[in-house]
Amino acid sequence: MVYENPDGVRIGLEIHIQLNKLKTKMFCGCSTDYHNAAPNTHTCPVCLGLPGALPVLNKKVVEAAIKVGLALEGEIAEETQFHRKNYFYPDLPKGYQITQYDFPIVSNGKIVIEGEDGEHTVGITRAHMEEDPGKLVHIGSIEKSKGVLIDYNRSGVSLIETVTEPDMRSPKEARRFLDKFRNILEYLDVFDGNLEGAMRVDANVSVHWGTRVEVKNISSHKGVERALLYEIMRQKNVIRRGGKVSQETRHFDEGRGVTLSMRTKEEAEDYRYFREPDLMPMRITDWIPAVKETLPELPDAKRTRFIEQYGITDMHAKSLTSKIMLADFYEGVCAKGVDPKIAATWTADVFLGELNYRDLAISSYDGEKIGFIHAKDPRIKNSIKVSDMVELVNLFAEGKISDRAAVEVIRTMLDTAEEKTPSQIIEEKGLFKAEDDLVTKAVAETIAENEAAVQDYLGGTEKSLNFLVGQVMKKTKGTADAKTARDLIIKELKG
Amino acid sequence: MAKWMSVAQVKEKIEENSAEEVTAQYLEAIGKSKINGYITVSEKALEQAKKIDAEGHNGPLAGIPIAIKDNISVVGLPNSCGSKILEGYIPPFNAHVIEKLLAAGAVILGKTNMDEFAMGSSTETSYFGPTANPWDLERVPGGSSGGSAAVVAAGEAPFALGSDTGGSVRCPAAFCGVVGLKPTYGSVSRYGVVAYANSLEQVGPLANNVTDIAVLMDVIAGYDRKDSTSIDSKIEYQKALVEDVKGLKIGVPKEFFGEGIHPDVEKAVWNAIHKCEDLGASWEEVSMPHIKYALASYYIIAMSEASSNLARFDGTRYGYRANGENWHAMVSKTRADGFGTEVKRRILLGTYALSAGYHDKYYLKALKVRTLVKQDFDRALSKVDVLMAPTMPNPAFKIGEKIEDPLTLYLSDVNTCPINLAGVPSLSVPCGFTDGLPIGLQIMGKPFDEPAVLRAAYTFEQNTDYHTKRPSEVA
Repeated sequence: MVYENPDGVRIGLEIHIQLNKLKTKMFCGCSTDYHNAAPNTHTCPVCLGLPGALPVLNKKVVEAAIKVGLALEGEIAEETQFHRKNYFYPDLPKGYQITQYDFPIVSNGKIVIEGEDGEHTVGITRAHMEEDPGKLVHIGSIEKSKGVLIDYNRSGVSLIETVTEPDMRSPKEARRFLDKFRNILEYLDVFDGNLEGAMRVDANVSVHWGTRVEVKNISSHKGVERALLYEIMRQKNVIRRGGKVSQETRHFDEGRGVTLSMRTKEEAEDYRYFREPDLMPMRITDWIPAVKETLPELPDAKRTRFIEQYGITDMHAKSLTSKIMLADFYEGVCAKGVDPKIAATWTADVFLGELNYRDLAISSYDGEKIGFIHAKDPRIKNSIKVSDMVELVNLFAEGKISDRAAVEVIRTMLDTAEEKTPSQIIEEKGLFKAEDDLVTKAVAETIAENEAAVQDYLGGTEKSLNFLVGQVMKKTKGTADAKTARDLIIKELKG
Repeated sequence: MAKWMSVAQVKEKIEENSAEEVTAQYLEAIGKSKINGYITVSEKALEQAKKIDAEGHNGPLAGIPIAIKDNISVVGLPNSCGSKILEGYIPPFNAHVIEKLLAAGAVILGKTNMDEFAMGSSTETSYFGPTANPWDLERVPGGSSGGSAAVVAAGEAPFALGSDTGGSVRCPAAFCGVVGLKPTYGSVSRYGVVAYANSLEQVGPLANNVTDIAVLMDVIAGYDRKDSTSIDSKIEYQKALVEDVKGLKIGVPKEFFGEGIHPDVEKAVWNAIHKCEDLGASWEEVSMPHIKYALASYYIIAMSEASSNLARFDGTRYGYRANGENWHAMVSKTRADGFGTEVKRRILLGTYALSAGYHDKYYLKALKVRTLVKQDFDRALSKVDVLMAPTMPNPAFKIGEKIEDPLTLYLSDVNTCPINLAGVPSLSVPCGFTDGLPIGLQIMGKPFDEPAVLRAAYTFEQNTDYHTKRPSEVA
């Protein structure tokens, strides 16, 4: 099957990611651990741009950028340097941003995603290092705010800006690209996508191979998909009405789900780039071998290994490796000698499914437990221990609990903060699988008490069987295995 | 107490009396000043001197007073850069050179007047009014470190720090009859020095004699991890003070004796070269064909960098702030009111030179010329040890004479700015007078070969008496 791309959609992305796993900022020693700190407490003369202060490059930023470049299978520049991008904005304390221009550290990389028609390669044009500006805080809403407060805690945090080729053909592909990219960055241990403002995306989109429009500053993967769906519809309608799509920059209004015009091409800013004279050009070829040694196993390689090593399906392997912390958790569970296939089902299908249902995102794994946090409200968080998952998988594998009971255990562990083992939960809720004779007794009683339903079933009404099974489950308070109950009834009635 | 003293003499006075008394005498001289050399006099100078007396005189500069150009950050003292826009700004951190001076025991007398953001050659563009030349109070002291040179010449400080982007230490040194050094780019940390043009400038010392220049360099030079362009040259400056130029090869670049040079300046400089020859050096003419493009290249690069450096002065975080109905209006008005005419002219020209469509024509071309000028210096200095030429083609001009004609003013940097493009060291030492106004001899060397420059300057100074002459106007 080949994807036809009926609307001639081309999407390119510019992604800013914060290297928020680095302990200090890009050009000074200020800590990057400011997310719960009071405003302007993580600042110094350098990141406040006080007159006379000078930048000194944090070498870890360069190492992280090389790491990203290698993971994207890109070329690492032999020599790289910084430029100044000049513009006025209150969050920019120097009146210019230190960034890279014609000598980016990474060029010509790629990421393979699951596209509309199978594997699809998205080219990476370039990736470069730059500093984050501060943050504007509006008192009340943007429209009605009487004043703006500026917090420079974020000022000078290291960013990597990645620019893709316009290779994505649908909003879904764009979202898959972002998911995969984020996954790779988390594997590299340079990025924590759960922190606020960690990833910001600008999307370029055109239809029918026409003029491109830039949609700026979208803060979530879902937002990117929504913004693109709206923008493609808007452009198609402009053309349908005989108009022309004009080259412009638009802003995505997350609340209303629409894009709004910010400025046209004629109003485009001139950033007057020139080489940053306070920093020297760097030759980094010699750094590459050492960085290469620190490269971890990447998602695609891990997926292949999981299939071979654990004998699990490709779908499970893909799902388990979609997040480094989940992959590590799964391997932690398998290391305790459980059946890896059963563990895969309960981790990839049930556990992950229940997390998604609750809008919980995996946020940590420390070798003993996997932590997760609510995507919108970071105060809601919880964790599940490796030992709990091991116990649950074993109880199920040994046939001591039904699958319904196992699901119930996982839900209970997610929904309560109390630290209880699966056995304790099963005990308290009476979820142990009923003994066979108990079920047999319940089946006999049910048949005796429901003459009409029995006759209907024997007369060919299959639905009545479900009713009878339900009655058995009721009598056993849900501890019976539904399939066993069903089989017993059929055997009893039809021999 | 003699009004003009070398650092060695000041040291003797401190041992005889106290650092407190010496500082008090300098403060008294500043109190009676006729030249407007200081923007801020430190209230803490006496206290600092007392403390040094109490702790015993430790450190190479223990108790020695010094004047600091007002673009070098000192905790607790305003750092105006000669501008209204920094009104009320007091730096919360010391420049690296200030840390070094304080560790050596120096006493900071105050902050000296300068052209606004070091943009000028006369100290007339200062928001705080012009500084007068001690040799003739109607004349400019040169610039932009005019305050630093003038207070040394007037005996209001034994020595001072300036900064040199295109001649800002050497020009006022020549005009005021003192010694000034622009060190090799990278020798002295720029951390805490408010940038005019980062790729060109260095902090440099001004003093009454060559020895004191070396004394100060031994304290302020060296690697600083906070300045990525700083280099550890490991030079011992005072060791270079050798009174011997036998075998020294001097190059005389004829391009530095161009049209418009004052005949007395030309004569004085040639006399100085012949004096060195008498003392055992040899000289030859050298050619530096790209020097004639240096001035244009220098101004484009300096203004381009400045247009970016000065963007941070927007009234948002510190300094002067005008009222405006929104942020953009506030910033526009702050910059319109806060910057002087010359600064605005240079920001506009620099912005223009970096703009899309003009970037290649101006900025990129200027960078190419810079490389050619650098090559000129490399070539000339591969044959000789030092170059000698006039620092300024003319002596100090009258206050107000050129201020309305920026182009003529820019042209006065013609002999000093090529040195900054090349990054080499250059020193100005007094070598004569014309109508009672001092003339400066410029001695240039290879990168990090300050020792050769100091040796030539020291030998010349020890065998002449120009540096002992004092201006009668302020005596």
